[in-house]
Amino acid sequence: MRLSRRSKGMLGLGVSVTLAFIYIPLVVIAIYAFNGGTTLSWPLESVTTEWFGKALDNQGARDALWTSVRVGAAATGVALLLGTLASFAVARYRFFGRETVSFLVVLPLALPGIVTGVALSNTFTQVFGVDLSLFTVVVGHATFCIVVVYNNVIARLRRVSENLEEASADLGAHTWQTFRFVTFPNMRTALVAGGLLAFALSFDEIIVTTFTIGAGEQTLPIWIFSNLFRGQQFQLTNVVAVMAVLISIIPVYLAHRLTLEEGGATAGRGARGEAEIAEVTAVP
Amino acid sequence: MGRRLADLFHGRPRLQVGSLLAGPLGWLVILYLGSLGVMLIAAFWSVDALSGEISHTFSTDNFQTLIDDSVYRDVAQRTVLIAALVTLTDALLAFPIAFYMAKVASPRMKGTLVVAILMPLWSFYLVKVYAWQTMLSAGGVINWALDPIGLNGPGYGSTAVWLVESYLWLPFMILPIYAGLERIPNSLISASEDLGASPLTTFRRVILPLAFPAVVAGSIFTFSLTLGDYITPSLVSPDTQFIGNVVYNNIVNNLPLASAFATVPILVMVAYLFIARRLGAFEHL
Repeated sequence: MRLSRRSKGMLGLGVSVTLAFIYIPLVVIAIYAFNGGTTLSWPLESVTTEWFGKALDNQGARDALWTSVRVGAAATGVALLLGTLASFAVARYRFFGRETVSFLVVLPLALPGIVTGVALSNTFTQVFGVDLSLFTVVVGHATFCIVVVYNNVIARLRRVSENLEEASADLGAHTWQTFRFVTFPNMRTALVAGGLLAFALSFDEIIVTTFTIGAGEQTLPIWIFSNLFRGQQFQLTNVVAVMAVLISIIPVYLAHRLTLEEGGATAGRGARGEAEIAEVTAVP
Repeated sequence: MGRRLADLFHGRPRLQVGSLLAGPLGWLVILYLGSLGVMLIAAFWSVDALSGEISHTFSTDNFQTLIDDSVYRDVAQRTVLIAALVTLTDALLAFPIAFYMAKVASPRMKGTLVVAILMPLWSFYLVKVYAWQTMLSAGGVINWALDPIGLNGPGYGSTAVWLVESYLWLPFMILPIYAGLERIPNSLISASEDLGASPLTTFRRVILPLAFPAVVAGSIFTFSLTLGDYITPSLVSPDTQFIGNVVYNNIVNNLPLASAFATVPILVMVAYLFIARRLGAFEHL
């Protein structure tokens, strides 16, 4: 688009404001991780790296991290299975109520977390009579993670032509062989990307977790939250916070790379940008 | 084994769809919708004032309380208002950068910006709120930066909630608008320019109408996520209540009332989704 100098200037200003808005808080919290003083006042009184060592040694934070990893892995596993099954049905078959499936899958993420949390917690304790535990957290997380896998896989299935599968069948492959040798290799990276995003979503979740977790258990966000409220050890919380951001960025970056590469390979160059956005942003 | 199973499914599309959908639909319908149903039923129960036990008899008292008691009305109004303000703010902040990414930036720059916006989208929610909590505190960055020009930051309260929620959900607005603008063919913009339209006219008459459904799609998330949040208000606005806080505070002592109040965001969201669908936003999700 041709832009006058003035509109270019205004656009540049808008872009800068938004980027500054996004990044200033992240930079500030990263600086606070080196806080050597005993208060949260700005500017810092002194600078230190001692809290990084203390955070790594902190048993509570380490246990919480391990719990988060286990919960995330289990929830991702369930979401991968259910999300893939649903996306196959919707992408490859015509049936009554097909549009409703997409709606149903999005619902747990579109409704406020507190609604999902209260509803599930209620059902677990009152209807099923199970005690809240890490298992109930996994069930809760898997429920809203399905959509991430679903969106990723369905975007891929729509781009990979059905003709390939038909050709495989015409050449005598049975359903399982077609899946194993034709369909699966084409959607492998979409599964990995969807899985990574589902993991990141679970890793960061706090509201549904609060309602479905058993007494005495802590995921990393719950640990950070309870330490924020206690007010003590805030230097430790700062450092764990920064580390948590770094850890949660890794799967997202990997997922982005994966869809970028694969998007270039399976779709035409022109469609690449949009397809990639569709997959990576397939958040809720 | 695989072979026998494959034979069983061969040429039976209904069986195939059925077995594909059994798991995911069983999970979402029975567990999730079932849970929402149970919560809806619980909204009609009540808590016995003497024993504190939940009495399983049907009554509409909870809803009557919500309608009669002005506290709940105020809370609901305030929450919806903040959610609307956050949505508006995010749309204004998101449009220029989304437009720059989609129509002006080089492919390389585009890729960099997408990553730059995706990163904070997925970084810890709690850390972002915490960052703002420290920035907004009396001795924090904002007051420090405003002090030389004789101003004071907003401190904690409703303004803080508006700022923080706008911050938290901004990437959810940028990405759909960017994807929506990418879909607008450049030839349409060139045609408008060739016909003599000024950039402003092209923007108002061509780009904005075509990008509007994408804005609505983004607004679903900014609106809904603000509507149900209780952690941000509890951290940056300890004295002002929002729907999420009221639900949260009542869960232990009065689950039926909490359930009844939780239907408010559900109803608001269902209405919102209905309107969004009429505006064509679902194709941009």
